[in-house]
Amino acid sequence: MTRTDEGRADGPISLRHNRIELALHRLSPDKSTAQCRPLLLLHGLGEHTLDVGLMGMTWSGPIYGLDFTGHGASTVPVGGGYTSEVLLGDVDAALAELGPVTILGRGLGAYVALITAAARPDLVHGAVLCDGPGIAGGGVQPGSPALAYPPPWGVNAEATSPDPFALVELSRDVRPPDYAQNLLRLASDDSTLERVFYIAAVARPEWLAVLVNQPGVHVGTVEEALDYYSTEA
Amino acid sequence: MGPFESGADSVGIPSPPADVRRPDRRYPVDSSGVEISVTEWGSESDPPLLLAHGGFDFAETLNRFAPMLADGGYRVVSWDQRGHGDSAWAHLYSWDADVRDAATVLSTIGGGAIPFVGHSKGGSLVMSLAEVAPHRVSSLVNLDGLPSGNNMPDVSEHERTRLQGEEMRAWLAHRRSLVERQRRPGTLEELAERRGRMNPRMTTEWLQYLVTVGARRDPDGWRWKLDPTMRFGGSGPWRPEWSMLRLPGLGKPMLGVVGKEPEVMGWGTTEADVIPYLPRGARVVGLDGVGHFVHIEAPRLVADMILEFLA
Repeated sequence: MTRTDEGRADGPISLRHNRIELALHRLSPDKSTAQCRPLLLLHGLGEHTLDVGLMGMTWSGPIYGLDFTGHGASTVPVGGGYTSEVLLGDVDAALAELGPVTILGRGLGAYVALITAAARPDLVHGAVLCDGPGIAGGGVQPGSPALAYPPPWGVNAEATSPDPFALVELSRDVRPPDYAQNLLRLASDDSTLERVFYIAAVARPEWLAVLVNQPGVHVGTVEEALDYYSTEA
Repeated sequence: MGPFESGADSVGIPSPPADVRRPDRRYPVDSSGVEISVTEWGSESDPPLLLAHGGFDFAETLNRFAPMLADGGYRVVSWDQRGHGDSAWAHLYSWDADVRDAATVLSTIGGGAIPFVGHSKGGSLVMSLAEVAPHRVSSLVNLDGLPSGNNMPDVSEHERTRLQGEEMRAWLAHRRSLVERQRRPGTLEELAERRGRMNPRMTTEWLQYLVTVGARRDPDGWRWKLDPTMRFGGSGPWRPEWSMLRLPGLGKPMLGVVGKEPEVMGWGTTEADVIPYLPRGARVVGLDGVGHFVHIEAPRLVADMILEFLA
């Protein structure tokens, strides 16, 4: 994983994750006036960074948004094969570029934020888990078997974004609650934060519901969360 | 000389074992943009049988076993899984993608319901294929490809969490190492020796033969054709019991073959692990003194068991 392009002043930073070029967008003014570590936005399933935008958020440091594989300005792979763990690798490419961040994730991006905080507790300084597309995933265990074929647009034709395979495969992604609890433990064990996660999501599938009332988890609004993480060293 | 051997590049290549036969036909199929290389042995007019190789193998590891099934009266259809053998290297790899590729190969074969045979990962793969296309399977043969929950050591919750953390960090270390990664070149003997570490029960003659059909010869040496970015296992929440819980519902005849000698590539699954999950009428046979690659260590025995089971 390497940074391959400085990017134009108005264009995204290009990051490489194996055979994928990822677009990392800078959404707020430059780093020079920053008082706080970057905030990294992770969009929901089928969304992309520039589509979601800042949604009225304020943050005292720079704000970035990553387009996941197959979304927005990132490479659309051929022939599918998505897993949440691939998207974890996407975020890790952004962490290699940005260093420690606070993450705000929507839907699918909220789940990927949880995994990333568990895998890189030293680089994720708090995460806000918000409503958004793909928040439920495929449930707590595999459902009835079916071939994961996308809707007919875009396949075997020009690559289209979002990748139809991403829409299908990442909505079947299994998320057992005890697995989510382990992820919370991994994220919390070495964290200096009292509130490692803020749950701002109203919709709470099993993987998210099981985190409520656990040590290290706080339920509150996006504004409260960003205020907390921007003042906690 | 087999149909794919040109003879132009044969200097320094050991002659193949006497009882191997390269595929009679090879052709590409398109799986949503990923080119999958299909191989066949036997007469095109014989009834088809689908045969799936294991992880990090390739169809031509079946050059001894598949012809025995073909000579038993089947058109044996196999394929190189994405990233393996002569199939394309993909952007991404996942179980869903492998099952979809398998279904694409199956869709090119006429003839309604046919037998599925798979080794190791290929055994799990054809089990998934049987679930998503139950109308296309007539019987299922699983060659040491039944996962067992028992190989997860009995560890405390705290320890399990720690292991999960290590697994995730190893996954990310792997992902960060991938850009422009190439396979390390070597002599034919070196490649055989490297593969032997994961296949310790195979003969040097066989391993060197696999190099001649599974590696390519670059100016700086031989390289396995396998995509160098693939890795065993991910870091996700998958559990072996999820596969096993699908087994009892299989409504077709099933034969399981388990190699009882433990080895590095195997699941360590025993007959006793499998029996509670077997569908009605299914049977599982354990082979003493045989390791994970039952079809390579005992090809005649296993081929005869399958032919008798299908008869």
